[in-house]
Amino acid sequence: MSDKDRPAVGVETVGMTKIFGSLTALEDASIKVRPGTLHALLGENGAGKSTLVKCMMGFYQPTRGKLLVDGQEVVVRNPRDAMAYKLGMVYQHFTLVPSLTAAENLIVSRPDCPSVIDWKSEIGALEAFLNRMPFKVPLRTPVSSLSAGEKQKLEILKQLYLDRRFLILDEPTSVLTPGEADEMLGLLRGMVEAGEITILMISHKFREVTAYADEVTVLRRGRQVGSGLVKDLTRDDMARMMIGDTKIRERAARTSVEKSATVLDLTALYASDDDGLPAIEAIDLKVKAGEIVGIAGVSGNGQSELVEVLSGQRDLDDGRILIHGHPFEPSRGAMAKLKVFSLQEEPLRNSAVPRMSVAENMALRSFDQPPISRSGWWLKPGPMKAIARELIARYRVKTPSPETPIENLSGGNVQRAVLARELSGDVDVLIVANPCFGLDFASVAEIRSQIMDQRNRGAAVLLVSEDLDEILELADRVAVMSEGRISYVAPIGETDRQTIGHAMAGHH
Amino acid sequence: MTETTQSSGLAAPSAIGEWIGGMRRSAEFIVIPLFALFVSASLFSLFLLALGKSPQTFFELLWRGGFGTEFSWQNTLVRTAPLILTALCVAIPARLGLVIIGGEGALVLSGFTAAVVALPLLSWAPPFVVMPVMLLTAAITGALWIGAVGALRHYRGINETIASLLMFYIAVSILNFFVEGVLRDPSDPNKPSTAPIGPANMVGEIPGLHVHWGLAFGVVIAIVLGIVMSRTTFGFAARVTGGNVRAARAQGLPVGTLMVSATMIAGACAGVAGYFEVAAILGKANGSLIAGYGFTGILVSFLARHNPIAIAPVAVLFGGLAAAGGLIQRRMGLPDATVQVLQGLIFVVLLVSETLYGRFRLFDPEARG
Repeated sequence: MSDKDRPAVGVETVGMTKIFGSLTALEDASIKVRPGTLHALLGENGAGKSTLVKCMMGFYQPTRGKLLVDGQEVVVRNPRDAMAYKLGMVYQHFTLVPSLTAAENLIVSRPDCPSVIDWKSEIGALEAFLNRMPFKVPLRTPVSSLSAGEKQKLEILKQLYLDRRFLILDEPTSVLTPGEADEMLGLLRGMVEAGEITILMISHKFREVTAYADEVTVLRRGRQVGSGLVKDLTRDDMARMMIGDTKIRERAARTSVEKSATVLDLTALYASDDDGLPAIEAIDLKVKAGEIVGIAGVSGNGQSELVEVLSGQRDLDDGRILIHGHPFEPSRGAMAKLKVFSLQEEPLRNSAVPRMSVAENMALRSFDQPPISRSGWWLKPGPMKAIARELIARYRVKTPSPETPIENLSGGNVQRAVLARELSGDVDVLIVANPCFGLDFASVAEIRSQIMDQRNRGAAVLLVSEDLDEILELADRVAVMSEGRISYVAPIGETDRQTIGHAMAGHH
Repeated sequence: MTETTQSSGLAAPSAIGEWIGGMRRSAEFIVIPLFALFVSASLFSLFLLALGKSPQTFFELLWRGGFGTEFSWQNTLVRTAPLILTALCVAIPARLGLVIIGGEGALVLSGFTAAVVALPLLSWAPPFVVMPVMLLTAAITGALWIGAVGALRHYRGINETIASLLMFYIAVSILNFFVEGVLRDPSDPNKPSTAPIGPANMVGEIPGLHVHWGLAFGVVIAIVLGIVMSRTTFGFAARVTGGNVRAARAQGLPVGTLMVSATMIAGACAGVAGYFEVAAILGKANGSLIAGYGFTGILVSFLARHNPIAIAPVAVLFGGLAAAGGLIQRRMGLPDATVQVLQGLIFVVLLVSETLYGRFRLFDPEARG
């Protein structure tokens, strides 16, 4: 396999700096990843993690700074150079060809892949290779029918098959159940300890970092703010390094709400996905006033379709939605009358119009009502702007002006603008889906505490989240969705991470 | 990381700063299309040089034929009128994210129905009855024709671009079927046409301009629709739908109703264009209705960035281009299609220039340094 006993590759950067125009994305980052270790790279969104690894992989040319591979200074001009130094990267999104089988994906990914492939001998060689690997993936199944966990394993296998010895993993567990994540990281850990590979893992999850990483480097606003052995650091130390002295809003306390009436009542909901296949089946769920019901599940098990149905973005095939006992059709009138609001993931895709201004986006709920429009058809820009100014101030949305197109704002501020629009009035029902996806700590704390506020004020909240920690923190009750059905429901006090994880994996 | 560092100094800009910011933003929508026009003109010059013709002569003739004399201005404005209306047929649906390219079909069919509805009225009804009936018939025909495209798109998921284009061929066939068949005027030995509507029912000229009233109609409709799109809840809802249909649905906006009504308004505009072609120019319905105004209108709307107010001046430009076509053909010995080559070049360059938006810091009021 390799001439050395321990083929793992070590990589070091010295004073790595990358400047884009007026923005310094990365400044003076010196990180040392020793061969045969699992090194975690922590940092909030925009802290410079991806810039750093992209400089390593040759996607970007650093403005200043050196890259050392196994102690030798090298210049990586493009990803092909990186390949020659045995550096490889597994992206957050999959790069496999869905219609090809696992074996075909691996073989065609080889740079020396011949134009005419002798499949028999290639697959033989591949099987021999797989026998040496701790991961097992069905070779003859099209990738499209593999689970997310299997695809992630296949991505890693591809890197190993290409003989990459330094792997950069970009949030490798974001699409996995806790069980799958532990299995995969455990196996990788084994290979690292055997000196087969070195891993640099970008992560947000402290639990995984403390359990599997040897060393950690923390970036904040493009600067390296700390590094060290994981065993010497506590979670609090790492969190403090990541967020610096940013003030985090106090979490809103959960107030006890006395026995209350059911507000949102879903009965036997059926809906199809974009290909017309069943996406959600027989969803029955009741949410009471002053209650947060968290829906957990591995992404792609029907959660997004459920949210789309409730927010009017997808038609219902069958079933009934009742709010306060009234049948609910997601039309504008019914939403206003029954006070149904929503806070969705990827707000620029689901809840805002990217090219319209912040003020216009903030008026999406109220543009046809007084004071913006008294007659119902003539718009007054004055009141629209005044309302926007007030909301911008109240919800601390950072925007150069109300006229700025909302797409120019940072992710946290887009979500805050949407939050201001949806939560500034009376809320009876709140549909929330991955509201904190990709946001920084301060925004996450703010948004979660706003959701808790709404619950305390008596709203019925349905919270769909792929982040189990978010559900454990916010929900009063948890429901798990698996393959389009609700497979498990329990009050939050009577369940734990393992049980939920088990249900997420489809065993119940 | 950009949140606190970048925007803190700009948190409360003055009203003047905001106004300048707005101007900088809108400047982009003027400078880039102008740049695209310039690039197309340069490419077209190369094309002319390859043919051994002088670009200078071409552009001189273009000026003279389109804008140089009173007569050429008149010629230009007569062509501007239908261009404004057919461009609106593209611009209004475009605000909802629909690309309708079949305005020509609505124009042809509406012109035909307008001419036909007049036939039974001619013998007894006065012009003040015949004219509004014709206008209304044309507008309704167009509205139903393009509205059907919107409905097919919303309720059946049929691509509106293809549907509207194919429906153009249907419209032409309907026209030909009747004009060469049962409705052919036997007294006209030349081109197969419907019977003339008669001089009394023809639309007159705007006093002092030698241009028919269609131009005034076009300008007024463009201004009204410009206001509707920017200052009414309908326009707002349409822009939301066009900007992000998922967000529009999540806000409970009636996306289907919006699409069908926007396409109906669009079709009505093309229909009015058809009416004026019949009632101000041709005096009857025949193959001359298929003059390509609907297709040039697509170009006008794209160059105006689907802004109804900007459509009128852009339509003048293309009206001039069309008006100069004949002169260029005669003087330079170039084929009829030469002007179309220029139009095609402009369209391609324009589409490519779409990628330039947002790339220049000059137009970004939030850019620093």
